[in-house]
Amino acid sequence: MKVSTMAEFMARGEQPEVLFWVGCAGSFDQRAQKITKAFATILDKAGVRYAILGKEEACTGDPARRAGNEFMFQMMAYQNIQILNGYEIKKIVTTCPHCFNTLKNEYPALGGVYDVIHHTTFLQELIEQGKIKFTDSNEWKGKSITYHDSCYLGRANEIYEAPRKVLESLDMELREMKRCKSKGLCCGAGGAQMFKEEEKGDKRINTERADEAIETKADFVASACPFCNTMMTDGIKNRDAEVKTEVLDIAEIIAKAIQ
Amino acid sequence: MALIAELLFGLISAAAFFLFGKNLLAIRRNILIGKEVSLNDHPSKRWKNVLLLAFGQKKMFRNPLVAFLHLIVYVGFIIINIELLEIIVDGITGSHRAFAPFLGTCYGFIINCFEILAALVLIACVIFFSRRNIIRIKRFISKDLNGWPRSDANAILITEVVLMSLFLIMNAADPESNFLVSSYLKPLLKGLSESQLSLIEHTAWWIHILGIYAFMNYLPYSKHLHIILAFPNAYYASLLPKGEMHNMVSIQNEVLYAMQPELAPTDAAAPEKFGAKDVMDLSWKNLMDAYSCTECGRCSTACPANSTGKLLSPRKIMMSTRDRLEAVGKNIEKNKSYVEDGKSLLHDYISVEELRACTTCNACVEECPISISPLDIILELRRSLVMEESNAPAEWNGMFSNIENNFAPWKFSPDDRDAWTSQA
Repeated sequence: MKVSTMAEFMARGEQPEVLFWVGCAGSFDQRAQKITKAFATILDKAGVRYAILGKEEACTGDPARRAGNEFMFQMMAYQNIQILNGYEIKKIVTTCPHCFNTLKNEYPALGGVYDVIHHTTFLQELIEQGKIKFTDSNEWKGKSITYHDSCYLGRANEIYEAPRKVLESLDMELREMKRCKSKGLCCGAGGAQMFKEEEKGDKRINTERADEAIETKADFVASACPFCNTMMTDGIKNRDAEVKTEVLDIAEIIAKAIQ
Repeated sequence: MALIAELLFGLISAAAFFLFGKNLLAIRRNILIGKEVSLNDHPSKRWKNVLLLAFGQKKMFRNPLVAFLHLIVYVGFIIINIELLEIIVDGITGSHRAFAPFLGTCYGFIINCFEILAALVLIACVIFFSRRNIIRIKRFISKDLNGWPRSDANAILITEVVLMSLFLIMNAADPESNFLVSSYLKPLLKGLSESQLSLIEHTAWWIHILGIYAFMNYLPYSKHLHIILAFPNAYYASLLPKGEMHNMVSIQNEVLYAMQPELAPTDAAAPEKFGAKDVMDLSWKNLMDAYSCTECGRCSTACPANSTGKLLSPRKIMMSTRDRLEAVGKNIEKNKSYVEDGKSLLHDYISVEELRACTTCNACVEECPISISPLDIILELRRSLVMEESNAPAEWNGMFSNIENNFAPWKFSPDDRDAWTSQA
């Protein structure tokens, strides 16, 4: 599978339908790379003409801004917007809710106005349009799954249904955790917490959330954010060696169903 | 005698309203210490928020039972206060049930409604009191409320119970009355002479109205101020997606001028203070939030940091902001304008450890029934910490330099950003 960059599209004098914003986690983190590859595979199979920025992509600045470093954020935003506007990007899809939130809500005030869409919404649209065709042997059918809401997708941007609709399209049994949707408990990674030790307390936040996920006794945990994925995987691993509930991104689940 | 009573009543009423007005103006002055932000866009959306969140108490219904009890107290409070009009007219003119002749049979119906509501309010307040003191619900026994805030909450509930009882006793002691609820209290007063009954009725009437005035003047000092401020707070609630942080135009421009020096104006103004160190660096909406907070603790219950034992409590962020604002207000009253007192909201009232625990998950903002944003204050204080004091944990400093040098929060080579494509 060939993944083209914007520079390559430009050289051919073409414009892609959509830019896939991979994000730092999706580019560098080994676990998140699998999500990136799964989503790229889906785009490829669904015949979507997409491009990535490749080496020209840089951190959106989200963790710096939330930690309080507005200078760093503005520097990154300036560079990214220069590149995005230079390529005349209209539509962006991203697998990271943090990149999604920043690109969608925070770049417009700085001169970067794009139609930004999260990959769960994009997948839901592809399924509805019949562009994603599942194989006949749907191995997900009847399997139970609990979906962990990402704060930056859920409360921050009120996207609760798209990821659930995608799972339901595979005839999976959706089991909700005690706290879900607008009441969903954070995984503990947001607000730049991913990049520091947790403050002292009685319990780690990801352990608390992992307990709620384990309580559903679902076969799988679904996530839609690379950071939630890491936190939930670690939380479940630390909690109970016997419980081997796998944490999978919505894109990975779909990718497996079309292969 | 009657004339003296009428005069006295008039004087007390005037004093009560004067004092109340004075305190409200002081609160208004304190709120306006905050920085100017314009929140007048999209008036139709804002009025919708007032209707749904303030009048409709939409968010309260995330917990239907409590919402129902609260609705009773709220409706009861508003409707029974209509009866206050008559009580005040009676007090000033010396009349007895001044509205009865005008309303005819309707009068009985209306008072019956008031009495039913009064009884329901009384029951709801008793339930609320037991939730706090007998069932001891977690968010009410939190250390956030130690001391005055806990007494404040109980004082309000007890006052409500007393006021409602007085209203019912007053009606029961009126020999000519026969109302729905108070008629059941009449047997308690059986055997008393007409003059004794009249004394009870008048005493209940006086304590009731004095209690109401006391309650009114207690409001500005109490968490109960939300009965007024919930309405403007809902109107001025943020209409942005919850994930969006406020842009700092000064820094945006500074970066722009560094990148494109030809755009820099020659008379560039000195940069303002970055973020918020004290209450005057917050917006007036942040400060109104602090005065509106009812200290119910829904935010802290939902907070992932608080519920896993971290020091951060969004409710305490709001209470600390109000405490600091009150101190600054007193400072201004004493010195005509604010005189440096060596204290600030950051460090003296809200600690670094609290701020560091926030995951910016917006659970506190989502839960608040009256659209308060503790997160907004936390983020402004974090900006001050990092940009004014260079105060960040070592891991964050590492993250900043990685972003600066490698364009990612981790130390990877930017050349490997698309390495995954070769395995795809």
